[in-house]
Amino acid sequence: MPRSPFQRFLRIVGVLVVLAILGFLILPAVVVTLAAFNDRAILSFPPQQWSWRWFAKAIEYEDFRAGFRNGAIVTIWASSIALLIGATFAFALDRYRFPFKQLIETILVSPLVIPHFTVGLGFLILAAELGMARGFLVVIVCHVVLVLPFVLRSVYVSLRNIDPRYELAAASLGASPGRVLVTITLPLLLPGLVSGWLFAAILSFNEFTASLFVTSQRTQTLPVAMYNYVREYADPSMAALSVMYIVATALLLTFANAFLGLGKVLNVERSH
Amino acid sequence: MSNAAIESMPNGGNDYAVTLEGVTKRFGSVTALHEANLSIRRGELMTLLGPSGCGKTTMLNLVAGFFMPDSGEITIDGARVSHLPTYRRQIGMMFQNYALFPHMTVEANIGYGLRMRGVGKAEIRKRVSDVLSLVKLSGLGDRKPRQLSGGQQQRVAIARALVINPKVLLLDEPFSALDKNLRGSMQVEVKEIQRKLGVTTIFVTHDQGEALSLSDRITVMSEGRILQVGTPEETYRRPADRFVASFIGDANVLKATIERMEGDKAIVAIGAARISVPAQSIRDAKANAPVDLFIRCERLDIADDKPVACRGRISALIYQGGHVDIHIDTPDSITGKVLLRCPGHMSMSRWRVGDTVGVAVDGTDAVAFTADPSAPPPAPATSPSSS
Repeated sequence: MPRSPFQRFLRIVGVLVVLAILGFLILPAVVVTLAAFNDRAILSFPPQQWSWRWFAKAIEYEDFRAGFRNGAIVTIWASSIALLIGATFAFALDRYRFPFKQLIETILVSPLVIPHFTVGLGFLILAAELGMARGFLVVIVCHVVLVLPFVLRSVYVSLRNIDPRYELAAASLGASPGRVLVTITLPLLLPGLVSGWLFAAILSFNEFTASLFVTSQRTQTLPVAMYNYVREYADPSMAALSVMYIVATALLLTFANAFLGLGKVLNVERSH
Repeated sequence: MSNAAIESMPNGGNDYAVTLEGVTKRFGSVTALHEANLSIRRGELMTLLGPSGCGKTTMLNLVAGFFMPDSGEITIDGARVSHLPTYRRQIGMMFQNYALFPHMTVEANIGYGLRMRGVGKAEIRKRVSDVLSLVKLSGLGDRKPRQLSGGQQQRVAIARALVINPKVLLLDEPFSALDKNLRGSMQVEVKEIQRKLGVTTIFVTHDQGEALSLSDRITVMSEGRILQVGTPEETYRRPADRFVASFIGDANVLKATIERMEGDKAIVAIGAARISVPAQSIRDAKANAPVDLFIRCERLDIADDKPVACRGRISALIYQGGHVDIHIDTPDSITGKVLLRCPGHMSMSRWRVGDTVGVAVDGTDAVAFTADPSAPPPAPATSPSSS
């Protein structure tokens, strides 16, 4: 099809705009990745000499190791508890009518609009008032609150995507409500549950603002440990750690994609 | 099911597989089903026929137990089931979209009902393989539903419903998702399987052609009420009211007047023609009263030397292979047009669009109803029959 010069111009501009947007999206990751391989002990860009030594340093640094362990503990507990609570509420919201349903839904998703530092500060004050030590419990509870809306939404959307006729068909074939849940609903919901947990885990593991308030030296998570590190040092081990973060998250998503399909994990594809 | 429940039924509940007695179902202010009474015999294929919103699907769902009636009683195999949950009713249901479990293989889908009944593994394998060969799907047991064509999915759905030996098989518009060619062959196949197994079947459809060709009996419904229950021939040839007459088959509705009553017949004048119709449907009408005459398109003819019932202009001649449809505009029809269906071997070249012709009527199967100006005109008889 012949095009006018103006159409060709628009087309080129369009391609450039898309490339620019994609560039901006990955630019921070690219800069950090290049900085991580810089041999010199300053966070500079672009590097003159290449080295893996900051990766080794990041892995060996005791505060980072402790932060990773603490983060893993908090993440696994918080995501699992949030999944349990979120899935239960998602079922209730999808299947039943009850008083104050709208209000309950609003409260459950409210952490989406409340700043993380407010949540963190709130839990800090609460823990102090109750005389609680700043142990793992308060960090986990705080993270549950923060990730709950995401789990709830993920499971809720998956539930809505399940054709109710599957459950009716199972009932017509003699399955009691309990067996319908175990043999039909939960297996069909599995991608939603996994994606909900995965999102919760990624959010929780990366959460910084609220964690800064509720963690102590003993319970500090990896992002908090990184913050404390960067206040004192400015070497590329921070960048190296960031690269490992990106790679780990990417691997996790690739793994999830291989088993469940990314479309399902991200809830962009109907499950039937 | 307790013996007490069976014995409490009249006739020991042995004549009918399913009965509804005064069953009413309301959704909010809408009455979806109004005091329905229906008895379905053992082994028969009963069709619930009507336009969308007529209550046919509500009735099916009530038999399935997907919701409970507001009043009335439903029995299956002689036992009252109105408050029995679906999973204890021993029904087999096939859904419009088949609702095959996407996370299970064909075999697992079909064996599901048997597993829920605690049947042993070896027995399940045998029965699944038997029913797979019944529906001609042997060898496809390992596939997932999404790997099957629409027709194959339908066979799995019917196999899954049948393998549990249900007391009644419920089919909810099972053929509507199939393309026309496949639909025809699946209809034949389902009917064959149903007859072979002798399973009582309730079949919901809005397609009158499908209903006529598959049913042992048809229940015609409209606006939550049962209008007529009868064999396909009865509902086609002796419709109980205007709605049934216009909904089943392609009917023409002509303006006529009553000439005289003769016992159980009425002689009706339409143009120069006089035809005899059953008096029952116009019992209270007087001589000279206007009536609407419902007459099938194959009972109309071009009046060469026969008495002319009405005159009109040919608006279309449509060759349909086996027959020719002649559309005629005439003021004597309440829709302003009539449809004639002539055998296909009659020459298309005898008439042309625009010709004015006389129409003759053959009184066989004609039915008259009191003219009712407030009634909405029935759908014009222009669409080719889907049967």
